[in-house]
Amino acid sequence: MAEDLQPTDAGQVTEMLAWAAGSKKTVELVGGGSKAALGRVVETDYRLHLSALDGVNLYEPEELVLRAGAATSLGQIQAMLAQQRQQLAFEPPDFGDLYGTTKEQTIGGVLAANLAGPRRLKAGAARDHFLGLEGVSGRGAAFKSGGRVVKNVTGYDLCKLMAGSFGTLAALTEVTVKVLPSPEKIRTVLLFAQDDAAAITAMSQAAGSPHEVSALAHLPAAIAARSAVSYVKGAGDAVTAVRVEGPGPSVEHRTEALRRQWGALGAVEELHGHNSNILWREIANVAPLLPDRDAIVWKLSVTPSLGAEVMRGALAAGGAGYYDWAGGLLWLALPANEISSEDGGAGLVRGAFGGAGHATLMRGPEDLRASVEVFQPTPPALAALSARIKDAFDPHGILNPGRMHGAF
Amino acid sequence: MLMPKPEGAILAQRQGLLTDLREIVPGEGVIADNVALRAYESDGLSAYRSVPLAVVLPETVPQVAAIMQLCERRGIKVVPRGAGTSLSGGALPLEDGIILGLGKFNRILEIDYENRAVRVQPGVTNLGISLAVDDNGFYYAPDPSSQIACSIGGNVAENAGGVHCLKYGVTTNNLLGLEMVLLSGEVIRLGGKHLDSGGYDLMGLLTGSEGLLGVVTEITVRILKKPETARAVLIGFPSSEQAGDCVSRVIGAGIIPGGMEMMDRAAIHASEEFCHAGYPLEAEALLIVELDGPGREVDHLIDRVGEIATQCGSTSLRISQNEEERAAFWAGRKAAFPAIGRISPDYMCMDGTIPRNRLAEVLKRMAELSEHHGLRVANVFHAGDGNLHPLILFDANAGELETAEKFGADILRLCVEVGGVLSGEHGIGIEKRDLMAEVFTEEDLAQQQRVKCAFDPNGRLNPGKVFPVLHRCAELGKMVVHQGKIPFPDIPRF
Repeated sequence: MAEDLQPTDAGQVTEMLAWAAGSKKTVELVGGGSKAALGRVVETDYRLHLSALDGVNLYEPEELVLRAGAATSLGQIQAMLAQQRQQLAFEPPDFGDLYGTTKEQTIGGVLAANLAGPRRLKAGAARDHFLGLEGVSGRGAAFKSGGRVVKNVTGYDLCKLMAGSFGTLAALTEVTVKVLPSPEKIRTVLLFAQDDAAAITAMSQAAGSPHEVSALAHLPAAIAARSAVSYVKGAGDAVTAVRVEGPGPSVEHRTEALRRQWGALGAVEELHGHNSNILWREIANVAPLLPDRDAIVWKLSVTPSLGAEVMRGALAAGGAGYYDWAGGLLWLALPANEISSEDGGAGLVRGAFGGAGHATLMRGPEDLRASVEVFQPTPPALAALSARIKDAFDPHGILNPGRMHGAF
Repeated sequence: MLMPKPEGAILAQRQGLLTDLREIVPGEGVIADNVALRAYESDGLSAYRSVPLAVVLPETVPQVAAIMQLCERRGIKVVPRGAGTSLSGGALPLEDGIILGLGKFNRILEIDYENRAVRVQPGVTNLGISLAVDDNGFYYAPDPSSQIACSIGGNVAENAGGVHCLKYGVTTNNLLGLEMVLLSGEVIRLGGKHLDSGGYDLMGLLTGSEGLLGVVTEITVRILKKPETARAVLIGFPSSEQAGDCVSRVIGAGIIPGGMEMMDRAAIHASEEFCHAGYPLEAEALLIVELDGPGREVDHLIDRVGEIATQCGSTSLRISQNEEERAAFWAGRKAAFPAIGRISPDYMCMDGTIPRNRLAEVLKRMAELSEHHGLRVANVFHAGDGNLHPLILFDANAGELETAEKFGADILRLCVEVGGVLSGEHGIGIEKRDLMAEVFTEEDLAQQQRVKCAFDPNGRLNPGKVFPVLHRCAELGKMVVHQGKIPFPDIPRF
C-alpha cells in the first residue's frame, strides 16, 4: 500500500523527489485525483499529493495570460476567467461522470493529460495554450521551460513534452497558460437525418468554409435521442451540429450562410446560446455514452474523412459511438458483454484504422487497463526514442511508472 | 562569437568522407569545391561565416538516412539547412561539419482539401504552400516576412511566426504531421492527418528545436479557408505609450485581430521612403490592425477599433478600401528590414518577446541604450503578441559590429528582465546562445541537453548552437542532484 506524502510547497516536492530518486522509490503524482482511472494502473511506494500547489499567482486579462499552481482547481480558474469574459479556449472536458467521481480537476492535470473539447478543431489542444512551466524531474531537480509570452523560441519547448505525458516525466508545480476572450454570441446549426458518411461530407464542407466554425459533431440517431436538448432529442434521427462563435453581427451572418449551405442537404434547425452550451458540453463530456455504466469507452483520433469507415469497423461487434472534431474524433462505447473481455475491443478498434491514428482506452476495469495498451502502441524506433526521453527526465523510472506503457 | 574548435580527427577524414558521400549521393549532389562551398558559408545572419567540409544535397529519404548514419559512424558533425534564411545563425556551417541541404526536397506531395491538410517536403517555401492551394481559396496561416524564400522545414526548425499568428498561431499550432531522420538513420513518423497523437508530443518538441534533434524530411500542415474579407487600418499615434495602450484595450475588449503590428518613428520613415505605402509621417507610432472575417464582422470591428483608438488619442486613421491598398499597407511593414538596409550600411535584427504592457518602458530604456552605445535603432513590433524586432543600425566597416552586438545583448537582457524571452520566432542559434544563462539555470539547460542526448548521444547534430556550454551526454546523466532530506519528519503525512 502506497504511503501518502503531502509537500507544502514546490521546494518540498523537489526535496521529496530527490530523496525518492536517490532511494529508488517509486512515486505516483496526484493532483485532484479526478483522472486516476485514465491510463494504466500504477502501483508505487509513495503517493505524492500536489494539492498544496494551489492558487492563481498571476492573471492579466489584457495580456491574455494566467499563471497558477499546478494543483489549482480548474473550476476556480474558469470562474475567475468568466468574470473577465475570458476562457480557456481549448474547452477542457469534464470526465467526472465518465469516471463516476466528484473530485475536482486541476489545471496541471488537464495539461498533463492534454485534454481538449470540441473547440480543439479551431483553437487547438491544451498543449497549444501551455506557455510555461516549473516542475521537478524524476531526477529530483527543479527546472523550468517556456515563459509567459505566446511567441517563444528560447530553448526546447518542454511544455509540449509535458502535455500528455501523464506525470511520467516530471511533477508540474506551476503552469502558465494563454487565455482568450469568450465569444460574445454562440449559435449552433443542426442538420437532420444524415447517415454517417453524408454527415462527414457535410462537416468537411463546413470546416472548409470561411465561416470559422468552432466545432463540428455528428450524433447518430440512438445517440441524439439521449440529449437533454429537445431539438436534438426529439429529432427522431441523426443530428449533425456546427457551432459558430464571435461578435453578434458576424455570428448572425455566418449562421445564415451555414443554414443555406446545409439546408441544401436536408432539414436544418438553429440553437441559441443556452441550448448550444448544453449540447456541446454533452459532446465534450461524453454524456451520450454514459447510460451503459459498464461499457468499455474508447477515444479515437483519426483522419476525419475516414471517420465513418473506422466507426463501422470498430463497432462490428456492437456498441454505439459518435463523432466530434469534424469526424476526426470518435467516441465509442463497447458493451462489456459483447466484446472480447481479454482485450476490451482493442484489436477491433485499432484494426479499424490500421495505424494511421490513435486509440485510447478511456474507461475500462483495472484488470483490463493493466493488460492492454491503453495508449496507441508505437513502432519500435519511436517507442525506443520515447523511452530515451523518459530516461532523460526520470532515469530511475520513479514517476508514475507504467502509467502510459508497460515500460514508462 | 566563439564556436567549438574544429576537431582535427574530423578534418583529417575529409577525402574519405567525400568518397563515401558520393557513393550515397552521386553526381552533383556533393559539393566540395572551395569556390562553390562559399555559397553556403553563412545564412541570414551574414555577420558570421564559416566554410563547411562539404555540402551534400540528397534527394530521397533513404539518402538522408544513409548520410546521417555515415556521419554518426565517422563522427562528422551535421548542420541541416533549408533555404538558409535563418536570422540567428542556425544554419551557420561548421568547419568540421557538413551542410545537409534540403533544397532538393522541394515537392508538394499531396493536397487534401477534404481533410484540410497539405503534405510537403521540407524545401518547399512557406509561400509555395499557400500558392498551391490559392485557387481553391485556401492558405497556410503562419506568414513570416521572409515567406517568399524561407522553407517550411526551416519554419519547423525555428517555430516561425509572422504577422498573423496572434489569431492563427505559429508553426507549432499549424502542424499535423512530421517525418524525421535521426543520426542513427532511423526514420520516425509523427502525427498524420489526425489531430492528437497521444504519447510524448515529439512533434511539439521538434518544432523550434533549431535542427539539433533530427532532420525533418516531410511535413503535413493544416490549411485554412481564406476569410471572406480582410481590411487593414493604419492608425497614427503621438506616442508609443498611446499606441501600446490601444493594443491592450483592443484585446481587453475581446477583439483578436488577424494581425496587429506597431512601428516606431524611425521604422515608419524608412519604410515610407522605400515603399510609399502612405504611412503618417508625423506619427511617433503607427499601428497596422487587420481584421478579417465576413464583411459585416469586419465593418463592425473596424468601428470598435476606431473608437478605442480615438479614446487612446490617435491622430490619424485610414482604412484600406480594396485589396491593393491592404497589400500596400502590409508591404511597408513586410519590407521594413530592407527599408532599414537602405538607410544604414548594416543592421542587426533582434527578436525578443515582452509582456505587451511593458512596451512603453522597454522602448524608453531602449532609447537610452541607443544613446549609450551611440547607435541608432528602429523598432517594428508584432504588438498583438509582444514580439519585438529592434533593428540596430551600424557600419561594420567602421568597426561598429562589436558595439552593435553589445547593444543587442543589452536589449535582450532588458526583455528578459521585464518578464520576456530572448527569441520570439528567429531562434537562439549562435546569435543569442551566450545569453541563455540570462533566462535559464544550469539545471534548466542541463535538462534540455539531456533531451538532446535522447536524439543525438554523441552531439553531432548542429553542435555549437543554442547551448552556451556543451556537455557530454554521459556527464549530464551523472550530474548528481542534491539527495533530498530523508524521512521528512516535519512533513505532514496522512
